[in-house]
Amino acid sequence: MVTKKEYSRIVDKHSGKSPLFKDTVRAFFVGGFICLIGQALREFYGNLGLNKELTGTAVCISLIFIASLLTALGVFDKIGKFAGAGTLIPITGFSNAVTSPAMEFKSEGFIAGLGAKIFTVAGPVIVYGTASSVIAGIIYFVFMR
Amino acid sequence: MKRGTFIFEEKPSVLSFSAVVGKKEGEGPLGKFFDEVEKDSYFGQESWEKAESENLRRSVARTLKKGSFCADDIDFVISGDLLNQCISSGYALRSLGIPFFGVYGACSTMAESMVLGATMISGGFAKRVLCATSSNFCSAEKQFRTPLEYGGQRTPNAQWTVTGSGSVVLGNGDGPFIDSATCGRIIDLGVCDIANMGAAMAPAFVDSIIRHLKATGTDVSDYDLILSGDLGLVGKNIAIELFEKEALSPGDRYNDCGAMIFDNKAQDTHAGGSGCGCAASVLCGYILPKMREGKLKRVLLGATGALMSPTSTMQGESIPSISHIVSLQA
Repeated sequence: MVTKKEYSRIVDKHSGKSPLFKDTVRAFFVGGFICLIGQALREFYGNLGLNKELTGTAVCISLIFIASLLTALGVFDKIGKFAGAGTLIPITGFSNAVTSPAMEFKSEGFIAGLGAKIFTVAGPVIVYGTASSVIAGIIYFVFMR
Repeated sequence: MKRGTFIFEEKPSVLSFSAVVGKKEGEGPLGKFFDEVEKDSYFGQESWEKAESENLRRSVARTLKKGSFCADDIDFVISGDLLNQCISSGYALRSLGIPFFGVYGACSTMAESMVLGATMISGGFAKRVLCATSSNFCSAEKQFRTPLEYGGQRTPNAQWTVTGSGSVVLGNGDGPFIDSATCGRIIDLGVCDIANMGAAMAPAFVDSIIRHLKATGTDVSDYDLILSGDLGLVGKNIAIELFEKEALSPGDRYNDCGAMIFDNKAQDTHAGGSGCGCAASVLCGYILPKMREGKLKRVLLGATGALMSPTSTMQGESIPSISHIVSLQA
């Protein structure tokens, strides 16, 4: 039959490409809209009299809660399918990445299922997020202090 | 006998068959042909794995009932599925007490089990053999991809795992018959993209078809229909180009179960259906009844399987594929 190289050319010819422009535009607007909601929440909590730091925390908690709730209601994956990186990049994507495996693996029990598998999607973000913040901390300590 | 091909002098017959599918498959173009469409994605169970097993159990029960068989009439059951350790088959068949062979051929399982069953019947080692398989969209996503509620995007070449099960009883009797069969070779042309399974499997299908035609001395024009299992739209087009390179032009005689089972635009299934249940339910729900009615005389089914696992994929391996051929005659 054909060689691997020739076959790779045939595969490329018949395979579809992701609609990059459409995906980017959707991600930009949905992602921007989520940030707008975040800003509105910030104003709201600020008006309640929370200080700047507490306001930030309250906004994060609210967005995480909303995304998690929408995941549980089976709505978030539909928004994510439309928005792509628009819902993935903000903290909403992280919330969905933790909630969805928790729901999926509940059938294997709360310990070995939900408890063990809850970070299968978000785990790398936590590991490398923590590791890179340590590195950033060291750089700050050595050069900027 | 040519290497890997069985030509049966005593042609085993497909005595009874049925297909039980999920809601989405029931809403597809072939929806009205299936024996049962279950609207509950859990099939009345508590987990996706149990749902798939229940799906398989129902198909087997229907096939036995349609042929007026009880479990004791069956000498062997050959079954497999996509879940680790083939648990859908193991649990679905545990109460029947039929001697059991579990097989794994990924999505080629329906053809693989029928090839093996046909050799047992033709060789005189069994009177009746039950062959079955299943797949389930949710259990497959859970095992091979991401959690169901994860908000990601599918690529244009991705296929949709069919929720469905098909089963047949082989024996001696009236048609349709299995006149010959070919055991597939493992073919790997270096495709690594697990979101493009049709591309990985197309060369295995074309290879097996060519070997089968050579071994049986037949041409594509001798068949009413040449059917691949679940190459989907991308793999189907690749297979057509590979056929052309081999100077074969099946034209309209060639189709793919994965391209037939869904309305890809309306049902948003991207490149079409996949999974063990894809070839199985199209064969048992649509093709075999058409053969019994005399509307199709000769059909070649080449169910196609991708023999990778999530572990091999993460280790950067390409996707080895296989296609087993069953030649059916009305």
